[in-house]
Amino acid sequence: MSDAVLGERLPQPRPPRGAPAGPPVRIAASLDQRLMQAGLWLALAFLAISLALPMGMLLARAFQDAQGGFVGLANFATYVTTPSLVRSVWNSVWTAAVTTILVVPLAFAYAYALARSCIPFKGIFRAVMLVPILAPSLLPALALIYLFGNQGMLRWMLFGENIYGPWGIVAAQVFYCFPAAAIILSVALSTADARLYEAAEALKAGRFRIFLTVTLPGAVYGLVSAGVVVFTLVVTDFGIPKVIGGQFQVLATDVYKQVVGLQDFNMGAVVGMVLLLPAIAAFALQRWAEGRRAGTLTGRATPYIPRPRRARDLPLLVLCITVAALLLGIVGVAAWGSLIRFWPWNLSLTLDNYEFSRFDASGWGAFLTSIEMSLLTATIGAAIVFVVAYLLERAPQATRGARLLRGAVGFLATAPLAIPGLVLGLAFILFFNHPANPAGIIYGTLAILVLNSLVHFYTVGHLTAATAIRQLDPEFEAVGSSLKVPAWTTFGRVTVPICLPAILDIWVYLFVNAMTTVSAVIFLYGPDTKPASVAVVHMDEAGQASAAAAMACTILAATAAVKILHVAMGGAVDRLTQAWRRR
Amino acid sequence: MRDETAVAERGAGAAAARPPYLEVVSLGKQFGTFVALRDVSLTIAEGEFVSFVGPSGCGKTTLLRAIAGLDPATTGVIRQAGREITGLPPAERDFGIVFQSYALFPNMTVGANVAYGLRGPSWPKQRAQARVGELLHLVGLADQVAKYPAQLSGGQQQRVALARALAPEPGLLLLDEPLSALDAIVRLHLRQEIRGLQRRLGVTTIMVTHDQEEAMGVSDRIVVMSRGLVEQVGTPEEVYRRPASAFVAGFVGRSSGFDAVVEATPGTVMAAGRLIPAEAARGLLFGTPVRCFARPEDVRLGPAAAAMPGAVEMEVTHVEFLGALCRVALEAPKLKLEADVTPEALRMLGALPGALLPAAMPADRIMVFRADE
Repeated sequence: MSDAVLGERLPQPRPPRGAPAGPPVRIAASLDQRLMQAGLWLALAFLAISLALPMGMLLARAFQDAQGGFVGLANFATYVTTPSLVRSVWNSVWTAAVTTILVVPLAFAYAYALARSCIPFKGIFRAVMLVPILAPSLLPALALIYLFGNQGMLRWMLFGENIYGPWGIVAAQVFYCFPAAAIILSVALSTADARLYEAAEALKAGRFRIFLTVTLPGAVYGLVSAGVVVFTLVVTDFGIPKVIGGQFQVLATDVYKQVVGLQDFNMGAVVGMVLLLPAIAAFALQRWAEGRRAGTLTGRATPYIPRPRRARDLPLLVLCITVAALLLGIVGVAAWGSLIRFWPWNLSLTLDNYEFSRFDASGWGAFLTSIEMSLLTATIGAAIVFVVAYLLERAPQATRGARLLRGAVGFLATAPLAIPGLVLGLAFILFFNHPANPAGIIYGTLAILVLNSLVHFYTVGHLTAATAIRQLDPEFEAVGSSLKVPAWTTFGRVTVPICLPAILDIWVYLFVNAMTTVSAVIFLYGPDTKPASVAVVHMDEAGQASAAAAMACTILAATAAVKILHVAMGGAVDRLTQAWRRR
Repeated sequence: MRDETAVAERGAGAAAARPPYLEVVSLGKQFGTFVALRDVSLTIAEGEFVSFVGPSGCGKTTLLRAIAGLDPATTGVIRQAGREITGLPPAERDFGIVFQSYALFPNMTVGANVAYGLRGPSWPKQRAQARVGELLHLVGLADQVAKYPAQLSGGQQQRVALARALAPEPGLLLLDEPLSALDAIVRLHLRQEIRGLQRRLGVTTIMVTHDQEEAMGVSDRIVVMSRGLVEQVGTPEEVYRRPASAFVAGFVGRSSGFDAVVEATPGTVMAAGRLIPAEAARGLLFGTPVRCFARPEDVRLGPAAAAMPGAVEMEVTHVEFLGALCRVALEAPKLKLEADVTPEALRMLGALPGALLPAAMPADRIMVFRADE
């Protein structure tokens, strides 16, 4: 090595460490990239028309008088000075709080039994746990009326008290909210690191101490989450207080009364805004809990496998049997009640109550409307939700504008979770019924019911799709484009086939919810498009409890059939399309 | 396929003679306020195997993705085979890519994966099938055509990804940390296999790796990067023997670094209170603070060192047995060195921990850099 060479390199000139020197690059997007970008703009337009604009309209109406003039906070002032309205706030809050306090420990014990004990029949308990999800919230309320109502067979148990009111609401809500809490807590408890338990045992901690120091901290965000979800479900549910609430007013029934009873849309909008508050708070808290939960379980954790222990398993088995019996019992009572000729005097069985045309002008048509609406919602919804989630995850984000667009669509896709059905329904009337809105032609048609249900239940489907897509290798599209294969081909040949189970889940979720929802559609149906769940409310209002129960049972039968089909078909679909998962 | 001798002849010298296949001029890339690439320029000849190497965050993957068009650069020009491609979308460029994760489509068989890019009028079904067979034969997986990726080992998946990238006969092969996900033995074997395949096909190849040993083992030339800048471009030997900066000297290969100051006598430096002759310090002003490096194989020990000027008495602190060689760690006040000696030499020197030995570095082998660089 010559020293000349070494000497040369020492005073090496360096480029200045400032701005790069080359000419700016003009980026030419390919057709598929431009299409994805256009798709996101379409998604933004869709969510703007079906979510942002109606909600904006609702917000505006809360600050207007009946003639459309701006009145500032006058409506809110009227609201807080009307004692009956303010009382509803308190009523909503305390019934929700009591329900939460009852449901969360019960669901925790049930989920604990499923995840951390050696009780038999776990599969059956898990299936029974989900039954209330498949029924409209009205069903438990109707069953409770059969049992404890004015003609109830168990009325003597109330010692002269009345089921119509807060305690009826709480009892029905416990049933209705149980699955949501149990699902969240099952997930929270199923992800435990066995090594933590081994470490605790090695350090000679007692069982109770292990429970307090390992089990509970691991589930604390699940508990927060479950509590928040139950509270929000109760505050925003309309069916149960409508059917069993009697004179006991809550926020949800107030909205309905202001809008349908008094035709006071502005006050309805104000109550809607109030109803939005707990839901938004819950949404924020939920986000916080999810952020905290990340990283509690690392990829190297060893799964916890419970060992049999009689002292724990036996009480938990008794608890599970009791809870499962109650869940099935409530459904059973409703089903039985729907088959009774004249409750409680003539208990002979009959199918008369299923001749709906005797009770409601729409007859079986309501059920068919619901089926049609749910099929459309599920099919169109699953497609839109999945494609939009895909675009959000995979559309190019080279420019600032593209990132802003993605942020806006992403926000609108998660916002519906914080919007109660009644509020969204009200926003829809105000927006689509506005004389100046050309989109108003869908008002009163099936289309608006489908659109509303789709937006109402958008977020859960979106999160399911996003989770599934995020599990795919982020370079699939890059590999495709390096091989000159456009993104839509890779989407069709790789993304969709791999995500098919998730897409089916979204479809079933949308179908079941569109079948059972009352709160959003009750403002929106037209003379020919009354859904079955609304027919239940109407028949109950008209005093035809048996027919109402019969319709609720019909809805449950349809959702249960779809769910069973899903489970059965899921296996077949897996065998056909997921063969590659097997090693 | 090009003839092999032509490819083999092509080295750093040949690169200048032909028009470059890939030309990167003043390339810059900014993410917001973060500058990932600053004024990067380099040329790659046809059929060359070039590695981008550097610590994580140095911009090597950013540069590769800019060449691929997956994340286009913000400033500068890239030309491939005479055509400007700087802002073109990936599909309008001519390259095949293998990712660290392989990104094999899990729901498709090995055969379908390799055939993924073989579509359109230029690939009728029969020709595509023949090509798939040919490539799988080439990577030694002809009997695995009907399996799904999950049923293959990591090394096999890597080969499938390579076959898929090469199937449409791209002019440029990009490898993004292709071996990082594999264990050490498979890695060593596969890197030779990739190099062999590349030689046979003559395809111009760029590999990104953080492993400088891997880069040295397979590349015609190495591009050493740090903090978004190209530190040096050269053959493995050039980069190893004549590093262009203190960073390269420290990053490529083993070396011991120490601080020194240029002395008045030309070609000497003062380190740890001792005058050490270093040819590379010639031409530097007296008093300039410098950073010096010595390779362990250049450090002499015992009687051989005692005769050399600038020998230092050092204490053996640790001996690491490496097989053919032993690496001896040495310490004196303010000076730490490593020396490679054969086990026999080690025995003769009695270089056990605690022993005191004279150590010296040949004046023409010490690498000297200004400390302010």
